[in-house]
Amino acid sequence: MTTLAPVLSAHWDADRSWTLATYEDNGGYRGLRRALNMQPADIVTMVKESGLRGRGGAGFPTGMKWGFLPAPDGGPRYLVVNADESEPGTCKDIPLMMASPQALVEGVAITSYAIGCTHAFIYVRGEVLHVYRRMLRAVEEAYEAGYLGKDILGTGVDLDVTVHAGAGAYICGEETALLDSLEGLRGQPRLKPPFPAVAGLYARPTVVNNVESVASVPGILVGGASWFTSMGTERSAGHGLFSLSGHVERPGQYEAPLGITLRELLDMAGGVRAGHQLKFWTPGGSSTPIFTAEHLDVPLDYESVGKAGSMLGTRALQIFDETVSVVRAVTRWMAFYKHESCGKCTPCREGTYWLLQVLQRIEAGQGTSGDIDLLLDLCDNILGRSFCALGDGATSPVTSAVQYFREEFEAGTHTPADVLFPPERSARFEYTPRRRTQLAGVHA
Amino acid sequence: MSVQHETPAGSPAGRVPGERHATGYDDATRERLAADAAEIMARYPQERSALLPMLHLVQAEDGYVSPRGIAFCAAQLSLTTAEVSAVATFYTQYKRHPNGTYTVGVCTNTLCAVMGGDAIWEELTEHLGVDHDETTPDGAITLERIECNAACDYAPVVMVNWEFFDDQTPASAREVVDRLREGVPVAPTRGAASVCTFREMSRVLAGFPDGRADEGVGAGPATLRGTLLAKEKGWRAPDFPDVEHVQGDVSPSGGAPAGQARSEDAKPAATGAGPTPAGQQPGADPKVGAEESSAQRPATTPSDTSAESQQRRQRTDDAKES
Repeated sequence: MTTLAPVLSAHWDADRSWTLATYEDNGGYRGLRRALNMQPADIVTMVKESGLRGRGGAGFPTGMKWGFLPAPDGGPRYLVVNADESEPGTCKDIPLMMASPQALVEGVAITSYAIGCTHAFIYVRGEVLHVYRRMLRAVEEAYEAGYLGKDILGTGVDLDVTVHAGAGAYICGEETALLDSLEGLRGQPRLKPPFPAVAGLYARPTVVNNVESVASVPGILVGGASWFTSMGTERSAGHGLFSLSGHVERPGQYEAPLGITLRELLDMAGGVRAGHQLKFWTPGGSSTPIFTAEHLDVPLDYESVGKAGSMLGTRALQIFDETVSVVRAVTRWMAFYKHESCGKCTPCREGTYWLLQVLQRIEAGQGTSGDIDLLLDLCDNILGRSFCALGDGATSPVTSAVQYFREEFEAGTHTPADVLFPPERSARFEYTPRRRTQLAGVHA
Repeated sequence: MSVQHETPAGSPAGRVPGERHATGYDDATRERLAADAAEIMARYPQERSALLPMLHLVQAEDGYVSPRGIAFCAAQLSLTTAEVSAVATFYTQYKRHPNGTYTVGVCTNTLCAVMGGDAIWEELTEHLGVDHDETTPDGAITLERIECNAACDYAPVVMVNWEFFDDQTPASAREVVDRLREGVPVAPTRGAASVCTFREMSRVLAGFPDGRADEGVGAGPATLRGTLLAKEKGWRAPDFPDVEHVQGDVSPSGGAPAGQARSEDAKPAATGAGPTPAGQQPGADPKVGAEESSAQRPATTPSDTSAESQQRRQRTDDAKES
């Protein structure tokens, strides 16, 4: 049986866990001290050997991403931390930054040193005020202690860190849209190549990494690559935060080696809510194809989840029991994608709009016999036809839900979803819905 | 009075008939804002990056992105007002009309909606008599449907001026908005000791700390579930190898022996002038600029050409014509 392996979350329960003093008391900044004794290239090698893969969803090897930077030409190189956590179901980076922002700051200092960056940016979504306060304060404390600024710990290494607040746009979690946003533009994805490693922020070589990826670096520096690979599977090494939410007895953050299963995690979390059964779940947020009870034993690592037809994504495990209409769930997700599509690419902008219209009539019990095929055809015309992964992600819940629960979509030709699945049975509290059969998820 | 030049701090920031902020700031205000703007610009290598925080600054002053605020940003950054507006209209946190003192956001994305967010939304729209992006007549509350705010383990979630109100019910959310309208301090479940105003919040988002980072908890109960369970069961991540051992482990690419005492020549290339630049060590075979994300895929997929897909398309086309 796999057990939990708290590394990033090990001291979240400490008194004033967010302060530098608490972080240092629990071994903080050993990784940076060690890093500053090494050659930058050796740090990159070490992180490569650790097998750390991007924790923001795509799973690209972090050290390799660092290694893509071209040779120094004397000009600036940038590290940009993607702290724009907004994927539906994903709730790991925000609590990490609230409870332990210094772990991220230390990771930023090490990563910057490794890639030759002297000005790093942390792009925090604007809708988490207290997290932004904590990050600002954490950076301020790190400056005061000499971990940031000029001549860090007397080594001659310099690093400035700017904590930047976004302003509400899911698309800015896409790395090139994030860079445009950080440059003061509308957050729209860029055509790649060139990749950020070559022409990123201000058209300079740039590494964009997720919060949890960067925060995992100090541990690798202290423990070594083999310590990290002693957790997880061969190709999915290390620890990761698994976020359980929805119809589960004890939702929350569970940090475990990659490769743990949902069955094991549900055991730890007290199981699906009492008296109910698992119906469907997302392995890594709404953009990853849904799973069902038949996938309870799929090891949650990049390869196994991919082989089973989905993606590990952000390990956002949203649990839905038998009271939930899959049509309602997918329709609401589509309202989200439609709202958040940046509008740059026609297939995504128009396709999500169309998908929502079709889904809404199915949810209302007014679907037509051709609507399921129409949904799948629309998905075909979005997938792979836009600059970034938003459009691709929007198709995942639709195609997977039709695959596993086609009969519910068929029922949408005659019966509204809230008649088949009264929503009050899914809620955490008792209530009587005021309105039935309204079109859901309409944004002004 | 069709044009209001000054909105006194602390006054209700609701929609005031005729309040347009169409003319500029007075000299003292502009001078004060320009000093703030200069501080923001100094944080970035290129000044245009200051635009997003500067728009938050404008909201801190006017309670929304006002015409004079747009003109101010444009002047500070040598942009046109059209360029500034193009950015301001892209992001949902920038308000195009005067916002209430408190933005109350109910998450109605799938998970929160299912767990009860829809019921909370029904309750608040009915109780307050306003719909999405509308403000109560007293100017206290602007109600919004919001998207996932990264607190799914506390669903259903309500945000007040982007502070977390976890595990809400229709009754608890109603109590929160009643207290806000009465002017009674309200405390989030995870956040500062009390909710600040929309303008105060906007100033923090512009990057000017309000000194409240140390208020509130480090983590809520759901955040700590795994941490505490592991302690109870005695589960731990593998111990770090002892430092000596680790240091012996790490000189893989034949550079300076890892763990050696720091010396002048071991000083690394933080300014990009070092002898062993990242990206050139042995084993770094991927080409610069090569494909680097699994999100990248060719514009055509196998399904474009499969027989099954062709048939499905035909059926769909038929369905459209029927």
